[in-house]
Amino acid sequence: MPKLIKNGALESDHWTILKEATGPEVLQATLNKNFVVPLKFWKTYNQEITEYSGETAIWLESDETVQDIGSELHNFALIALNFPSFTDGRSYSNARELREHFQYKGEIRAIGEVLRDQLFYMSRCGFDAFAIRHDQNPEACLKAFSDFSTGYQATIAEPEPLFRRR
Amino acid sequence: MYQYNQYDHKMLAERVAQFRDQTSRYIDGKLNEAEFLPLRLQNGLYVQRLAPMLRIAIPYGLLSSRQLRKLAFIARHYDKGYGHFTTRQNIQFNWPELKDAPDILAHLAEVEMHAIQTSGNCIRNTTTDQFAGVAIDELEDSRPYCEIIRQWSTFHPEFAYLPRKFKIAVCGTVVDQAATQVHDIGVYLVRSHSHKVGFRILAGGGLGRTPMIGQEVFDFVEQKHLLTALEAILRVYNRQGRRDNKYKARIKILVKETGIEKFRKDVLEEWQRIKEGAQTLTDEEIQRCKSFFTEPSYLERQDSPNELIQALKSEPLFLKWYERNVRPHKQSGYAIVTVALKETGTAPGDITDTQLDYIADLSDEYSFGEIRVSHRQNVVLADVEQAQLYNLWQRLQRQSLANDNLGLLTDIICCPGGDFCALANAKSIPIAEAIQRRFDDHSELLDINEITINISGCMNACGHHHVGNIGILGVDKKGAEFYQISLGGSSQNDASLTKVLGPAFAEEEIPSVIEKIIDVYKNNRVEHEVFLDTYRRIGLEPFKDKIYAQAD
Repeated sequence: MPKLIKNGALESDHWTILKEATGPEVLQATLNKNFVVPLKFWKTYNQEITEYSGETAIWLESDETVQDIGSELHNFALIALNFPSFTDGRSYSNARELREHFQYKGEIRAIGEVLRDQLFYMSRCGFDAFAIRHDQNPEACLKAFSDFSTGYQATIAEPEPLFRRR
Repeated sequence: MYQYNQYDHKMLAERVAQFRDQTSRYIDGKLNEAEFLPLRLQNGLYVQRLAPMLRIAIPYGLLSSRQLRKLAFIARHYDKGYGHFTTRQNIQFNWPELKDAPDILAHLAEVEMHAIQTSGNCIRNTTTDQFAGVAIDELEDSRPYCEIIRQWSTFHPEFAYLPRKFKIAVCGTVVDQAATQVHDIGVYLVRSHSHKVGFRILAGGGLGRTPMIGQEVFDFVEQKHLLTALEAILRVYNRQGRRDNKYKARIKILVKETGIEKFRKDVLEEWQRIKEGAQTLTDEEIQRCKSFFTEPSYLERQDSPNELIQALKSEPLFLKWYERNVRPHKQSGYAIVTVALKETGTAPGDITDTQLDYIADLSDEYSFGEIRVSHRQNVVLADVEQAQLYNLWQRLQRQSLANDNLGLLTDIICCPGGDFCALANAKSIPIAEAIQRRFDDHSELLDINEITINISGCMNACGHHHVGNIGILGVDKKGAEFYQISLGGSSQNDASLTKVLGPAFAEEEIPSVIEKIIDVYKNNRVEHEVFLDTYRRIGLEPFKDKIYAQAD
């Protein structure tokens, strides 16, 4: 079970991430659980998901874009973005687009290869929850958010770039 | 030059602390090799053949004498007494210990220097014309915009894990000295119809495997929109750039495969969303950055003072050096001096700790304490009084720094190659030396006139071989080192990529092959035609015929 950091603290997780899902029967088996399902699965079984599960959320692979979801994205309390490898930087742009362009206010969770040394940049791009990889030291990870006191750019964490704040 | 304030200092200190922690976790085995790799790369550390190599950023090639002395100190204490200036206006040290890297970075931070993003799949050091601010053909000084880009790209959280490395060059002059068209993004300062200075922006240029010349994405971007325009390009690239194949991951492949029309459309769509956002530059910020690049306190001086005229008449060696290494300056009575680091027997771009200190002293005495590095691996003193040129030349001679081969055949661009670099297929430094030894007659060099030879030890093209008038590429042929020769490249306004001459040659054949190429040029040139113009007129065939016919 990966450990979860949310809003700068360790938290217990009441979501179950469905890595792969072939059909709605997986949901039927565990009624009323809160599932984070793959985007494609949600698109195909929208109806069944609403019927069987408790609260539903979705997760996106790094090559999927949030534009695929449309206005419905605001119904999700949580959107998770996957890092299939920690060197795959696409989810940084996806998080940013969710916040900046789609004005998404819910939780954006980093899942997959989520490691201590990338947490700071993730947080600046709009991630506010981090399912850190099982081998990561949670205390060390909590420190990552103060690696830097500020940054040059306009980001989600600091909407004004440094040149407007100097 | 740009001066850090408390924010810049604090972030840099935080970076040093961060990397110190990362390095100690790696040494303690808490961070594995693969996870440490991008972290050390983004702090300039490669693991090379013999030792780690540390690449230090020289933002847009500009250094103060104080910074140069710090580099001399590092060369002396952490290296074997020398450094190597690169084609990206950076400096590399070949012999530091990994455990010392955090200390070296702390030393650098004291003088507002660092090794941030000098490697890795992120936005690298922004480069520009080494004559920025003093060139006679300049539209506007490019350095304030380079500094704006430097700050925006430093620790950019969204673009630290791009598909591949990303290089930006800015050009503010009529004659492009910055190889702008072969960068991932090339920014040209241009004037609009209403005479406002803005930017023409290209994307998709690059050397390495599959070299390409950049294509226009924006014909004119207002100054305030510079960063949003760049950000739009980067975001499209970050999402769409290929990640399945390292060799197809540069933006040039994306632009080619997508087609410039579609790529431009995607960028414009992204740009519309962010164009007036917080990243839009303010007049205050542009003025603030410009305020760091004001003119030094030039004295009222006339061009061609008596001291200079007399020295040129009485000292033929000085005259030779003057004709090659001194360029006109926008300020009357001043000149731009290039110190060619192309002494035969020394690797191109290499410089000793003593020479670094020495140039620092000379810059204080003769050039307002500033030094520039060119992408052709030479050093520039940009603001020298013409009346002082003779004195300066005499001083340069004492440290073997008065080479008078600037722009000539022996002013070779050369990567560290197989002697140092773990990526190289073949050595490149001995090739440069062999050519320099063959062409050791200055009057012959002057007769051959302007020509560029660029040597890379592998496809990654750090030696810019695709844009040399003569390009030499080290290749591996069943374990043996061979060299492929190509002709006709240029990195200037008329940028072109070289064409391969034919089958590769063994190391010992290279000087005589270059000789034959030069013979063909000499036999075909008309009047004062330089090599590139002759080549463009007669094409590859006459060269092929001469070289391969005789080999049969």
